[in-house]
Amino acid sequence: MSSSFPWLTALIVVPLLGAVAMWAIPAGRARAVALGVSLLELALGVVALTAFDVAAAGEVQLLEVHGWIPAFGVSYAVGVDGVGLILVLMSVLIVPLVVLAAWREQGSLTVATDQLRRYLALVLLLEAFIVAVFAARDVFFFYVLFEAMLIPVYFMIGLFGGAQRRYAAVKFLLYSLTGGLIMLVAVIALYLQGPGGPQGFLTENLTGLTLDPTAEKLMFCAFFLAFAIKAPMFPVHTWLPDAAQQAPAGTSTLLVGVLDKVGTFGMLTLCLPLFPNASRWAAPVVIVLAVISILYGALLAIGQKDLMRLIAYTSVSHFGFIVLGIFAFTSTSVAGSSFYMVNHGLSTAALFLIAGFLVARRGSQQIADFGGLQKIVPVLAGTFLVAGLSALSLPGLSTFVSEFLVIVGTFARHPAAAVVSSLGVVLAAIYVLWTYQRMFTGPERPELAGMVDAGTRERWVVAPLLALMVVFGFVPGPALDLVRPPASVTLDQVGVQDLPATAATEEGSDR
Amino acid sequence: MTEFVAPTVDWAALSPVVIVLLAAVVGVLVEAFVPARARRTVQLTLAVAALAGAVIAVAALWNGVEASGGTVVLGGSLLVDGPTLVLQATIALLALVSLLIIADRTETGEDAFAPNAAAVPGSDYEELARRKGVQQTEIYPLVLFATGGMLIFPATGDLLTLFVALEVLSLPLYLLTGMARRRRLLSQEASMKYFLLGAFSSALLLFGIALVYGYSGSLRYSEISEATQVPGGMDGLLLVGSVLILSGLLFKVGAVPFHTWTPDVYQGAPTPITGFMAACTKAAAFGALLRVVYTMLPGMAWDLGVLLWTVAILTMVVGTVAALVQTDMKRVLGYSSIAHAGFILTGIIALNEAGIVAVLFYLLVYGAATVGAFGIVWLVRERAGRPDDPEGNGPVLGEATHLSQWAGLGRTHPLLALTFALFLLSFAGIPLTAGFAGKFSVFSAAVEGGAWPLALIGVLASSVAVFFYVRIIVLMFFTEPAGAQDEGTGPSSLAPSAEGFALGGDSAVAVEAEPVVQARSTVSTTVVGTEGLAVVAIAVCALVTIVLGVFPSPVLDLIASVATFLA
Repeated sequence: MSSSFPWLTALIVVPLLGAVAMWAIPAGRARAVALGVSLLELALGVVALTAFDVAAAGEVQLLEVHGWIPAFGVSYAVGVDGVGLILVLMSVLIVPLVVLAAWREQGSLTVATDQLRRYLALVLLLEAFIVAVFAARDVFFFYVLFEAMLIPVYFMIGLFGGAQRRYAAVKFLLYSLTGGLIMLVAVIALYLQGPGGPQGFLTENLTGLTLDPTAEKLMFCAFFLAFAIKAPMFPVHTWLPDAAQQAPAGTSTLLVGVLDKVGTFGMLTLCLPLFPNASRWAAPVVIVLAVISILYGALLAIGQKDLMRLIAYTSVSHFGFIVLGIFAFTSTSVAGSSFYMVNHGLSTAALFLIAGFLVARRGSQQIADFGGLQKIVPVLAGTFLVAGLSALSLPGLSTFVSEFLVIVGTFARHPAAAVVSSLGVVLAAIYVLWTYQRMFTGPERPELAGMVDAGTRERWVVAPLLALMVVFGFVPGPALDLVRPPASVTLDQVGVQDLPATAATEEGSDR
Repeated sequence: MTEFVAPTVDWAALSPVVIVLLAAVVGVLVEAFVPARARRTVQLTLAVAALAGAVIAVAALWNGVEASGGTVVLGGSLLVDGPTLVLQATIALLALVSLLIIADRTETGEDAFAPNAAAVPGSDYEELARRKGVQQTEIYPLVLFATGGMLIFPATGDLLTLFVALEVLSLPLYLLTGMARRRRLLSQEASMKYFLLGAFSSALLLFGIALVYGYSGSLRYSEISEATQVPGGMDGLLLVGSVLILSGLLFKVGAVPFHTWTPDVYQGAPTPITGFMAACTKAAAFGALLRVVYTMLPGMAWDLGVLLWTVAILTMVVGTVAALVQTDMKRVLGYSSIAHAGFILTGIIALNEAGIVAVLFYLLVYGAATVGAFGIVWLVRERAGRPDDPEGNGPVLGEATHLSQWAGLGRTHPLLALTFALFLLSFAGIPLTAGFAGKFSVFSAAVEGGAWPLALIGVLASSVAVFFYVRIIVLMFFTEPAGAQDEGTGPSSLAPSAEGFALGGDSAVAVEAEPVVQARSTVSTTVVGTEGLAVVAIAVCALVTIVLGVFPSPVLDLIASVATFLA
């Protein structure tokens, strides 16, 4: 089904216009405008869902193709399949929450400051890039966005973060840029193997090429490196804890919850279809790295003293699961990974935002500076616990469904990897529950006695996330309908035989 | 002996060059006959009109050349074909924009040039000239002469014209380099260095021309090209000759190992001239190099390949690595221009049509960002504090070129810093800026031409280069301004400037020449207001950088439609 209205372009243009407007308006209006634009974007996203034919979620829909730089073979091409759409929806959902969470940040306890206005403008600019990158159907356009996204994030960390923010921002930029530039060489090389012409970079024109095996492996490695840095995977994850520690909570939310999905999304939608043979060739190594990420991330999370770093390391662990599922090449595991991307976005967003509220109250990110908060701020404690439980994949929450699908799907092909990775779940229980114990239980501390509980605004920030996690935990069907067909399509493109997971997983994962 | 036959001259095809050179000659007469008060206005109007006229003349010639493929003018001395017109338009446009910056006297009423270049630095005579507000309006005809030479340089059809054009463009530049108002010894040293090395490279070029003439019996590119196809017994002559010719041209583009003049000259020259020189000379010299490699020496591609590859790799690597350790803004940009010369060379080595388009496009986008960047460097000044009031508004001094002096500029002057960041991002080749489109086009041309190792090295060099561009952005936006701390920072900001002077040899004199020596310990950084001209110029450069970054297609198509050399 093709809709005449350019939904995706609208989704890209609205936040872009919002960002431009933010530079023009007085600071006092900044909050209202930013929230209005992001809610409009959310509404637009929901309407776009109605224009999307869920029955054909495996196909690219809402496609728009226009020549951009014909001389280079570059087109402006956007379109989404089920996975792309659900990630776009997740992104547009999280942005208004981030805007709301930033309400009192940047020195604007009563009135919005210029500082806040700039921050919100960057958030909206980033939103436009994020939507565009999930929708890009042209490899070059994807690359351009992949790199251009770095600029707003760089400033969001470097201008608004903590004491070591400059170091963190530069580290983030250099890691990402290096990966991106190496990918650029592969992008050009791939183009030269393709049909060329003014539409030579369209993903569909580059899929299914007959490539020289060595060249294919090299190009795969270049793409994979860029995405592994982005995702981030062991051993190129070291920029993430620094960035997450120094950035404001909202930035970390967008960075880890949404932006890093571009890495795994790229593996799924570019690495596998473009280089199927090399993907199969590399899968064992990638799976080993993914398992290491799962365990290593979880172990380091346990050892962290800084709350934000802890959450960042849990994400390294979770990204390991996502990559594991993608490279296990079963329809169950790939669908599980796709769904995991959404759930991890929700779960991490909740964790970072609530942690941000706590840190703003305490003025410190050190876990040791908290304690016995359960009775003082019950709402914050409760929501943090739910968000934490989602990180350890408690049944009844959506993360359980996806993690289970990944492990079961992987078990069919790589039993050993599945078994070892399930240790990650145990470690997750340790880092979540132990953190909760240290921060919220125990004797009340006198210096924390005056802490106020979550206000209405903050409850509104957290409520949608927790609600969605519970809803998807019990009724994952609609979301799985979006991600299952693309998973089968991906497997076809990679050219591996699907292995059926045990019957129980197909039907009973959520029951 | 045959009788001398005067060649028929196609004046129309020559018009861009003729307009500019004629205006330069008129400019000299203006110096003699127009009263001093009106001179600047007259000269500026004349120069702007001439350069705009050149652009219009190119536009008028465009359709004819696009249809016919080009005309041979002056019996083959000049070739007016597609690449010629593209380069002439680029050079004239960039020169026009540079001229606006050169002409801007800023709110201080002082332009970038010494009131009396003949006066000994630090002498009473100089101080007198300064007080009287004397201005050196000869710079306008000099700029026009240089531009005229640049317009001829890429259009030449024989080696002798090539040499003449080289000298016409170089001599005024040697002079202009030595005319800085501030740090005059540094400037004069730069001028001397540029002149000596330039003369040396001209001699190499001339010697090469002689050897190639000896081999082929002709100075015409087309005839030399034919001669190289037929194996003679004197290949050594041809090889040595062509290597020497290439050396002469590579000197002008600032490629390693002929690059040593670049940072010193860029640093010493008056900043607006540096921008003009970096953008326009590079365009002209690469244009000439492109023509020589593509039309005169295609038969030599195999023999010269090793040389060009080595030079390109060295240029990229040395330019990038050396830029990493610089502490002076103008030297950073100088070394970065060397690295960019390496990137452009990869496009030349591609030896295909995509390579021609890529190089022509790159020269335009690099030129725009360069003129803009140096324009901004020129506006960021040191301001002396008074001894009794360190934060006071003392007189505005020269450019604040030490990197540490740029700290916090993003907070005090966000728009200016943002524009500068834009140019830096374009240099770094971040997507959605023109620099990215340029880099992409040269690298993809190189990969297409089989030179993928060069593209790979280019990409790696770019990623290293990002570091020092980003370092400047970090400095501007994320670092507290030095002035925001306390007077304690005064001496530390003095040290770097002293270091800069030390390069000028016996430059204590230059310091003495400043009327406010005693207050130097409280120098702060400021941005001077302009007369409007420079703002227009910088805005144009920024606009070009963004528009060509987002929509490069029209310009690329335009260039591609004429990108064939006249044989």
